[in-house]
Amino acid sequence: MQFALLIYESPEAFATRKKDENDLYTGAWRAYYKALVEAGVYVGGDPLEVPETATTLRVSEGKRRVQDGPYADTKEQLGGFVVLELPSLDVALDWAARCPTASSGAVEVRPLAPETKRRVSE
Amino acid sequence: MSGSDQEDVHRTVERVARESYGRLVAYLSSHTRDVAGAEDALSEALIAALKTWPRGGLPRNPEAWLLTTARRSLIDFMRHQRVVLASEPTLLLLKENSTEATLATQFPDERLKLLFVCAHPAIDLAMHTPLMLQTVLGLDAARIAGAFLIPPKTMGQRLVRAKTKIRDGGIRFEVPQDRELPERLGAVLEAIYAAFGIGWDDVAGTDQRGRDLAEEAIWLARVLLQLMPDEAEVHGLLALMLHCEARRAARRGPKGQYVPLSQQDPNQWSLPLMEEAERHLDEAARHGRSGRFQLEAAIQSVHAERARSGRIEWAAIVRFYEQLVRISPTLGTYTGHAAAVAEASGPNAGLAVLDAIESGLANGYQPYWAVRAHLLQRLGKRPEAMDAYDRAVGLAEDRAVREFLLQKRG
Repeated sequence: MQFALLIYESPEAFATRKKDENDLYTGAWRAYYKALVEAGVYVGGDPLEVPETATTLRVSEGKRRVQDGPYADTKEQLGGFVVLELPSLDVALDWAARCPTASSGAVEVRPLAPETKRRVSE
Repeated sequence: MSGSDQEDVHRTVERVARESYGRLVAYLSSHTRDVAGAEDALSEALIAALKTWPRGGLPRNPEAWLLTTARRSLIDFMRHQRVVLASEPTLLLLKENSTEATLATQFPDERLKLLFVCAHPAIDLAMHTPLMLQTVLGLDAARIAGAFLIPPKTMGQRLVRAKTKIRDGGIRFEVPQDRELPERLGAVLEAIYAAFGIGWDDVAGTDQRGRDLAEEAIWLARVLLQLMPDEAEVHGLLALMLHCEARRAARRGPKGQYVPLSQQDPNQWSLPLMEEAERHLDEAARHGRSGRFQLEAAIQSVHAERARSGRIEWAAIVRFYEQLVRISPTLGTYTGHAAAVAEASGPNAGLAVLDAIESGLANGYQPYWAVRAHLLQRLGKRPEAMDAYDRAVGLAEDRAVREFLLQKRG
């Protein structure tokens, strides 16, 4: 089954994106990505641009409301996601614990919902 | 009643709960085999204590008070369940014992039986340690779940299932007899050591998961030793854990960075803990039966010797690992052996030991890759070393270890 690891990063972690590639956090992610690929569990994923680049839209009672910034106003913000093919939640949590962001931000583990996808796509 | 008295009562309840929890649960469940029922009854008694003790003052024997109260609610519960027929003898037993006269004196310590029940072969191996932590030490499912990286709800359900199996599966509360004893004791020791956390003694890697349970594990080993003072391996296990625990302060630098064992400052090691460990190792040796935990403790003892001699006797460590590989051929043992061989006879010899491990087996084992990377680096094989470091970093859970490996990788 497939799990998404939703990567919630601290402002400090987002800031490392401007640093050079030898930065420890970036190096740790490079190694983590490699470990996922070599273990044959990596399905896909992508980092997201920094939260300041987000624009959030809502339509209520016919009115469009557009807001600068991300949907949730929290210290840690969604910074990217990884989709993994794994046998169980136990194994997913093992991989989440190895994620470099787990020790500075948070990693949310969620199963993908193929049933729901089928209902909307067929 | 003043605020500080209230605090006193809270502290007393906490202390009694901490010291007596396992004894009370073990005693109550040894009659009924119903561990969950005993825990519920005891937690009701603890709540009652928090309510009544501030008003009426502390009872003379708080433990006996808790036992009487827990026993009463257990009897009420059984009556309520109308399981009278089946449990009539148990009810009688509980009632007969519940006179104040009995309580003024000691009640038997059944924790040893409870430990053997928790590590019974009929119980899922993965649940041995969580069960012990909960029933003997009273840790809650959420805390245990964190240590084992399991969702709290799932851990709660697995604990309930295991306790149901104890109650309904005919698992007897008894200390196994001679022929069975070594294997059954082995399971108890393994479960306690699992709580201590793997990787305390490893070479360049570590797994943090079990770390905050280290003290609980030492407590469990002390309980076990009190109940089985003549078992060499119990002394061995305690010696091993004390040696590792002695180094807690030295394992991190001033900025929280990881410090490998060979670079730790021995002045930061706890001398009293090391001495206590050595006493247990001596005591174990007197029984003349070697074993896995004694060998592991002996390896740690050689490392501890550096505090006095300033050097590490790698040849002695290699000899202990050779014996250890024979009786406990785990990935951790092989990896430790390889690292020791490399120190004693050079990186090529160490790599040869690593290469003998079946390929694929070590794919997800971080210390293997950390040692491999280190040895390749020493041989000047830079691309291969960097690749192995990446594997180790990608598998590391602890930030300090990750950064240590990344810095070595360069």
